[in-house]
Amino acid sequence: MSAVDQLASAHEIRERFGFWKRSYAMLIKEFIQLKRDRVSFAMIVMLPVMQLLLFGFAINTTPHNLPSAVLLQEDSDLARSVLKALENTAYFHFIYEVHDVDQFDNLLKSGKVLFGVEIPRGFERAVRRGDKPALLVAADATDPVAASAALGSLGMIVQTALAHDLYIGNPPDMPFEIRAHARYNPAANSSLNIVPGLVGTILTMTMLIFTALSVTREVERGTMEALLSMPIKPVEVMFGKIIPYVLVGFVQAFLIIGIGVVLFGVPVLGNLFLLALLSTLFITTNLSIGYTISTVVQNQLQAMQMSMMFFLPSILLSGFMFPFAGMPTWAQYVGECLPLTHYLRIVRAIMLKGATMQNLQFEALALTALMALAMVIAVTRFRRTLD
Amino acid sequence: MNAGDQIAIDVKGLTKSFGGREVVHDLSMQVKRGSIYGFLGPNGSGKTTTIRILCGLLTPDSGEGTCLGYDILRDADKIKRQVGYMTQRFSLYQDLSVRENLEFVARLYGLADARGAARDMIKRLGLSGREAQLAGELSGGWKQRLALGACTLPSPKLLLLDEPTAGVDPKARRDFWNEIHALAAEGLTVLVSTHYMDEAERCHEIAYIAYGHLLTHGTVEEVIAGSKLTTYTVTGENLNGLTAALSGEPGIDMVAPFGTSLHVSGRDVAALEASIAPWRDNSGLHWQKAAPSLEDVFIELMGRSRDNFQG
Repeated sequence: MSAVDQLASAHEIRERFGFWKRSYAMLIKEFIQLKRDRVSFAMIVMLPVMQLLLFGFAINTTPHNLPSAVLLQEDSDLARSVLKALENTAYFHFIYEVHDVDQFDNLLKSGKVLFGVEIPRGFERAVRRGDKPALLVAADATDPVAASAALGSLGMIVQTALAHDLYIGNPPDMPFEIRAHARYNPAANSSLNIVPGLVGTILTMTMLIFTALSVTREVERGTMEALLSMPIKPVEVMFGKIIPYVLVGFVQAFLIIGIGVVLFGVPVLGNLFLLALLSTLFITTNLSIGYTISTVVQNQLQAMQMSMMFFLPSILLSGFMFPFAGMPTWAQYVGECLPLTHYLRIVRAIMLKGATMQNLQFEALALTALMALAMVIAVTRFRRTLD
Repeated sequence: MNAGDQIAIDVKGLTKSFGGREVVHDLSMQVKRGSIYGFLGPNGSGKTTTIRILCGLLTPDSGEGTCLGYDILRDADKIKRQVGYMTQRFSLYQDLSVRENLEFVARLYGLADARGAARDMIKRLGLSGREAQLAGELSGGWKQRLALGACTLPSPKLLLLDEPTAGVDPKARRDFWNEIHALAAEGLTVLVSTHYMDEAERCHEIAYIAYGHLLTHGTVEEVIAGSKLTTYTVTGENLNGLTAALSGEPGIDMVAPFGTSLHVSGRDVAALEASIAPWRDNSGLHWQKAAPSLEDVFIELMGRSRDNFQG
């Protein structure tokens, strides 16, 4: 009994500053834990840095080098000169030169170009005669931000450029008329652009998190040990975990599009079945990526963080928040690797432009490739033992 | 039938390390078909690791062997089909009902009539009326019965039970062991790890493992005889004082209180007798030579192995 008393007296409890001491002890403990959790630690640094870099460099609201096509119905010097002037503005980058209207329309519809310039037959002669012929500029206005800046500055730029051109002297006013068509979204109504975009964004976020937590949850609840001791293969686990959520995603997509149509008056010009089909593909792609995340991380917190790490560039670099064409080349390359980029093109094209499968082959193929890649990584990464 | 058919588990030289710490060291064991094999040892001794190696959940760093005739390194998939593994921690889905859990297992193993198999198992387990209850809401005893039911559902040939009765009341434990004996009588081989001595005595054979080393194995009688331990049971006054006086004396390997008596054991009979001689004549103490219990043997083994393997 005396031994216990001695121990107690040797370690007298001092109540002073108890709150601060306990808080400090807690703080140190948290720091150590954080230091050990490498992914969380990296996120603390990575997230703000990434945001800063993305907003600072990648996001350029003044688009330039917008992919454009020219429908050349007359190969004259003046036509060339006008094109050159347009290209010199740095807004337009002519990547296609076509000679028939169907091809021209198809380029716009598939989203390969955002602008089309049509130089009509007999353009130069009409200018020289002073007939003020029309120069048609068709813009894909499903993304009003990208279209409007370029359209707004069009007239002035061309005039300035041609003023220095010696072909027609120095005319007092425009020798021809520029007729701009904001196609698909003439009123530049941004909800037309945002609602289809939201379908993709919301699906990305929810699908990713559903599956990103799936494997780690099993590990944390201890059910993984039993699951692994049973005769089930990694691919089976994966499909078993992905497929239920395809349905969930489908319901979500249906809801968002439904609300968009009813509340915002967004049209669905294209085939609804095609939209459903490609949406299912997109949902499955995201679920596969989420599942891949869950096979890489160690706990649910890391899974959430890694999902965010994927989600953030998806919003910023896919063309959802900022015009894709306005981003620097490297950011566009990153964007091409994100499923959301391709899905945004698909969903906007089908809903707003009435695009068909033929217009969207590349995007569908890209989504399929990304899905296959994610699945292969997930299956090979899945640990079949507890080692 | 050759010798290989009689042996369910036959492994040699299993070694496994985690982060540089050797958890299982050069472990070899044989388990006969249809027998109940008890696996004993202190916490962290490598029991769970060994069981996980046997069912293919861990890959040993070295060693080889067969489980039900299949190579433990190459045929993990085949082993998994015929082995029921009951994990130490409840590992069925807490948010699934009793029936849903059983049906999940039945479907995973490809049972033709999953619903029927689950229904029959619910009856056998005496869980009728609780089949819609969530597994997470069951009491400890029922959870353990359900877990046993789930791993016997696909009719395995070998059961690996990792501390199945930890935290379960004595009545449920007794029922559980009756069930295990019934299963063994049907020809199932059972490897069960436990801390309880009464459970060890219900096994056909036992093995004692400490710090990754298999220290002894055989029937309970063989293990006790093999320990070469001499034990005296002392009753009387001031046993605390006696404990203090005898501990560490030459020839005395263990002094352990058992209720109102004290067990004094040692392997060297002569040295033991010499050390206790001064106390034999004390009128307040009653000395009696007794057969060592399994617990005496294990506590002595544990103390000895700690000295050997922990520096």
